[in-house]
Amino acid sequence: MPALLTVRNLTIRFGGITALNDVSFDVAEGHITGLIGPNGAGKTTCFNCITRLYEPTSGEVLLRGEDLLRLRPQQISGKRIARTFQNLALFEGMTVLDNVLVGYHARFPGGFGDWGAEQGALAEAMDVLTKLDVADIAKRAVHGLPFGIRKRVELARAIMAKPELLLLDEPAAGIGHDEVTALAATIRRIARDFSTTILMVEHHMQLVMSVSDHIVVLASGKKLADGPPAAVQENRAVIEAYLGAV
Amino acid sequence: MTLVSPSSARAIRVGIAIVVIAILPAIVPTFVVFDFIYVAAYAIAILGLIILTGMNGQISLGHGAFMALGGYVAAVLAHNFGWPYWIGVPLAAVASGAFGLVIGAIALRLAGVYLALATFSLAVATPSFLKHYKSITGGFGGLSLDAVKAPAGVPLDGQQWLYYVTWAIAGAAFLASALLVRGKFGRALRALRDNPIAAISFGVNPYYYKTLAFGWSAVLAGIAGAFLAMTTAYVSPDTFTFALSITLLIGAVLGGMLTFWGALVGAIVIEFLPLVAQQVNAGAPSVVYGVTLILMMLFVPDGIVGGVQRLTRRLVRRAPSTPEFEPPVPTAASMAVDHSTRE
Repeated sequence: MPALLTVRNLTIRFGGITALNDVSFDVAEGHITGLIGPNGAGKTTCFNCITRLYEPTSGEVLLRGEDLLRLRPQQISGKRIARTFQNLALFEGMTVLDNVLVGYHARFPGGFGDWGAEQGALAEAMDVLTKLDVADIAKRAVHGLPFGIRKRVELARAIMAKPELLLLDEPAAGIGHDEVTALAATIRRIARDFSTTILMVEHHMQLVMSVSDHIVVLASGKKLADGPPAAVQENRAVIEAYLGAV
Repeated sequence: MTLVSPSSARAIRVGIAIVVIAILPAIVPTFVVFDFIYVAAYAIAILGLIILTGMNGQISLGHGAFMALGGYVAAVLAHNFGWPYWIGVPLAAVASGAFGLVIGAIALRLAGVYLALATFSLAVATPSFLKHYKSITGGFGGLSLDAVKAPAGVPLDGQQWLYYVTWAIAGAAFLASALLVRGKFGRALRALRDNPIAAISFGVNPYYYKTLAFGWSAVLAGIAGAFLAMTTAYVSPDTFTFALSITLLIGAVLGGMLTFWGALVGAIVIEFLPLVAQQVNAGAPSVVYGVTLILMMLFVPDGIVGGVQRLTRRLVRRAPSTPEFEPPVPTAASMAVDHSTRE
């Protein structure tokens, strides 16, 4: 599979701290790639560099060869890249439906065409909410909804961007073990139904190993390993990073 | 179970408001009609604040400055050049809007209390500025204007004519604003208010939307200022003091920041509450005014409209576990907080 996203020699420093140090990896088109590592490994920082919320010190982030680092953060969505956030980032004063419709923002044609596109966007938003089993609360405010529902709303918002590349930041965080199996099925369904390539940061190893086609391991800002799940599981450096020296 | 659909309920409320406004001059004393012209002008200005602060989270303590610009543009054109108001008001809107875009662009670098302080300084500087350029503005003495007269053949006196014109323009401002903020534009404003990082990640351009919000808000303030000048037939630096900016913000907070109805209710409150306070205790009306504000903030922190909406929901149906739409109650303090998500 050709690479949809290429990260090359990515380095970012915050003062004296090097959060990412010469990190390189590819995300193959149509694949689910897991980005794992202990706390502080630089996983979310990597997401923030890809989506331009952070300005890397050096390196390249290429989407089908196009340099994303030349774009402003608000232009990233237009390249059909969407994300979820480690700590849910919903619009608290808005309804579920409006939250999801913000995901469509970059897809509006612009000008007066926006008014005509509104009905289509509404129908599509309801369709996405139905697929994620939250259509019945479309008119409710997200404020006060249960955590698991809020996670689904955030996922629906990302799907509404019709992303070629979907960045999921710890989708299993805060949900029960019983729900992880269902989440794995949902992630696979999203990749299949929406033809989306997924890059996923996750601590839940069972989930990562079960859905990922490929895994990249970071530790202390450096890439530790890169390969299929079975190979990564056997990698001694990875085992040491997670369990300490063995 | 609701009795009518939300859109039908909205149409009924708008219809009732239009009927009340239309028949009011026939049933209230002349001086009350005069007060309601002020209400219309204040409602237009507060509407701008609701869009800017309530919907977009940008606090302005300087909207009196935009009203001053609008008021003086209309007044100078009428006083110095004899231009009619139907030309002066649109030009007042354009001038204020352009100034608002400039201030909005500057405001992009500021947020929360810093933006509030920057706009505060704008409001404080405006009267001095107006006094300084007295060859244009009339200085301390201001500019006297001819009272507005009804066109020939219209069976209304000048005040009644101005009443209907002001409310017609207010209605147009509300309609235009409603069309503007529905759909993509309004969602983008609210998304930037609630979580700018997430909004930007989904393609919302903060520079574009925040600047436009400031510009449109200033357009409305400019129109309001022009009608204030027409109503009093006089403008002076003391017409547009810093207190006016604070009064507008009080109106927006008391009326309710989350719906346009808040502008209408807030305008009524800031026009009539001081008069009521005077009647309750002529010796210390400001104490009555202040205590009333504190009580209202305690019991209806989301404004009168927000409070009425909550009460209505409870009365109309048994409260469900999660209400159909109950946004977090915004307060003046919460508006000052930057809700950015930091990863």
